[in-house]
Amino acid sequence: MNSTLPLPSQEAAPPLLTLRGVSKRFGVVQALAGVDLDVRAGEVLALVGENGAGKSTMMRIVEGVVPPDSGTLAFDGVARNVRHASDAHALGVRVIHQEPDIAPDLSVAENLFIGDLRRTMGVFLDQRDLLRRTLALFDQFGLRDSLSPWMRAGDLGAAQRQLVEIMRALRAGVRLLALDEPTSSLTEDETRRLFAIVRQLKASGVAIVYISHRMHEIRELADRIAILRDGRMVTVRTAADLDETAVLSHMVGRPINNLFDRAKHEPGPTVLTLDGVTTHRICDVSFTIKAGEVVGMAGLIGAGRSETAAAIFGADRIVSGKVSLGGVPLRLRSPADAIAAGIGFAPEERKAQALFLLASVETNITLCVPDLISRAGFLRAGAAHRIAREQADNLRIKTPNLDQLVAKLSGGNQQKVVLGRWLARQLKLLILDEPTRGIDVGAKAEIYALIRHLADNGLAILIISSEMPELIGLTDRIVVMASGRVVGEVSRAEATEEGILALAMTDNINSARTDP
Amino acid sequence: MNRAMNTILDKTQNAVPATQPAEGLAGRLLRGVGTHNLSLLIALACLLAIFGGLRSDVFFSARNIENIGQGMAILGILATAQTIVIVSGGLDISVGAVVGLSTVGIALGVQQTGSAALGILFGLVIGAIAGFVNGLIVTVGGVNAVIATLGTMAAFRGVAFIMSDGQSISIFHPLFRQIGSGRFLGLQITIEILVAVVAIFFVLMRYTVVGRNIYAIGGNPVAARLAGLNNTGYQIGVYILSGAAAGLGGLLLAARTGSGQPISGSDGLELQAITAAVLGGCALTGGKGTIVGGVLGVIILGVLNNGMILTSVPTFYQMVARGLLLILAVLVAEQQAKRYG
Repeated sequence: MNSTLPLPSQEAAPPLLTLRGVSKRFGVVQALAGVDLDVRAGEVLALVGENGAGKSTMMRIVEGVVPPDSGTLAFDGVARNVRHASDAHALGVRVIHQEPDIAPDLSVAENLFIGDLRRTMGVFLDQRDLLRRTLALFDQFGLRDSLSPWMRAGDLGAAQRQLVEIMRALRAGVRLLALDEPTSSLTEDETRRLFAIVRQLKASGVAIVYISHRMHEIRELADRIAILRDGRMVTVRTAADLDETAVLSHMVGRPINNLFDRAKHEPGPTVLTLDGVTTHRICDVSFTIKAGEVVGMAGLIGAGRSETAAAIFGADRIVSGKVSLGGVPLRLRSPADAIAAGIGFAPEERKAQALFLLASVETNITLCVPDLISRAGFLRAGAAHRIAREQADNLRIKTPNLDQLVAKLSGGNQQKVVLGRWLARQLKLLILDEPTRGIDVGAKAEIYALIRHLADNGLAILIISSEMPELIGLTDRIVVMASGRVVGEVSRAEATEEGILALAMTDNINSARTDP
Repeated sequence: MNRAMNTILDKTQNAVPATQPAEGLAGRLLRGVGTHNLSLLIALACLLAIFGGLRSDVFFSARNIENIGQGMAILGILATAQTIVIVSGGLDISVGAVVGLSTVGIALGVQQTGSAALGILFGLVIGAIAGFVNGLIVTVGGVNAVIATLGTMAAFRGVAFIMSDGQSISIFHPLFRQIGSGRFLGLQITIEILVAVVAIFFVLMRYTVVGRNIYAIGGNPVAARLAGLNNTGYQIGVYILSGAAAGLGGLLLAARTGSGQPISGSDGLELQAITAAVLGGCALTGGKGTIVGGVLGVIILGVLNNGMILTSVPTFYQMVARGLLLILAVLVAEQQAKRYG
């Protein structure tokens, strides 16, 4: 059954994993079409592609969860039938998904060694042996300070859970580790630590498949880049041979000039003024935004950026200070007041905070314009349909029809639905919190274009983002926050990633104490 | 402006196929009825076949069909109101107790004032106040809806006993007999009231902004608030509606029995109302469910009750069957949710 494949021998040893002509079809969707790929021991291979390009399907095939329709998988040059997750595990293949798979009520140590727990006197769990082996594993990667062996796994943060999963893969003898968007919920520091571990694994000969939308991470880690588009492998090249624009062009299948291309224009009169705004989470925040201006907000997680948005939008009670729109002070008792004043807000967690997943695209778009789609409280189906259709067309929302449940749309299209809800209204200010998080590059480019277009038409826009290039590229000015306060403001011309980061890490707790 | 936006996006995005191929007639029909409602209709057809077959002599007689309708009237009002509560993300276990409280209120009102209208108004207002109390505890107090209405269920029952001194209070006013067993245009008035209430609820949930906002609040309360909806107001309103509906149920019961009894409505009405709503496709997590589904749930329960009586299933076994049906309904809903997710 196992036969040696004739492979082009680029190196002495055959690649750790070889895919040849792998295809998979789900119903009418051809998820993968004849994909070839080699993954070598001791390399980091970045796998990129838009959402739906086939990355996940490929990983699920390698992981043994989904059988391919055709094509072969070979490990160390030997063709293998991987029909089950246990087959993949036996071959040393592990995939770390975005939602870590751990047993919440067991300890970290138990999670690590589950399936290989030793016993004393035949029945009792050998705690001492478990602790010894756990600490040995931690020491190997210098994690003694980051994880406690007896902590309940369910109490761990996202980063720690991910570490537990990686450690578990290691102790089971991993040879190929795939990481699916591993940094999407990590802080800067946690990302650094993860990268260190990835490099260490690579040095020890583990093959790493790294799936990410974040270009700077790929640039930093990857030896080679494999680009999927519409289920086909477009190109596999050494990372040095592909610059960012080239990667993006391959992903979307057409040349991209400049993501952040923006015509110079003069801002209009001041639209938003924050004057010493204080809530229970932010302190003495002041800044302004003019009509047609895009202002960015930078800062570390917990610096008070989303909390400032919450204050402007009436979601957090303002203790002192005031918010004015077009020179008129606002009385903000709830988001309804902010919306009535002409403010729109696309929050950070699309699914949790903005969307009604079991409702249609049409309902989601027209939710905030009840007066336009009803007469005396009764819905006028035609009006709702017309407004939703207009937004869906303008924003190019990919949906079979307007009755489609929002749950079934991709992340990028879901974000467009949220934007459509606000653009259906007459806005003065639009607040966008992490507008492109988890969105593929094509949709990202569209959202950037939309932001520019809206600003050019006189809308004031506030963007909160943790992606520095996005912030610097899109905005006219950047307000930097730390510990709930504004610690600086940087114009587009003088903005650098290092400068903003230095400001964001300002320890302003002392200055806060000495303030009058 | 739209033209300009289009051209800008054209630069960054290739043309997108606007729609999928048109669906066939069968597909459109299925989508109109809804797959869930279709399976309910199939279940109903099975029940009708079973009981119709076992008691073909009486089951399909006009009289029996009217019996089923009469038996469903109170449950129908409660279950459709419960559907609205569940869609809004809540639950109201106290409805049975409110029915009992309302019958006592009506009987006392008629006794004291001699006016049927005032008595009826009194019963409905008591129901609405009970709902308001539920709504306050759930929204302002932040108490879990199950616990809140479990507590008020006991409390309302107690109030009914206190008000009536634990006695049954007879109602002698002729209007009540008229409501309970009279006919208007050849149809029983009870059934006509049921149809009217269900029609109002249907229009409310399907064709009004208020109804759509209730779905939104139940589906995602955080997003609803950030979309500018007054969640607290809507939730309290929904509990008031449920309480008032229970008050109306109390009126029908008082009219049928000719008395106000504190113990009435305690024979598992809330259980059946919730069962019907869940059978009808309500998700207990909120945001999902329809009045039509709720009505189908009620009809299934009504046919089941009637059929079990006609085929002489002992009462105690009927109780077991009703309890298991609720579990079964939730089980099926969970399986569907899993398959969907």
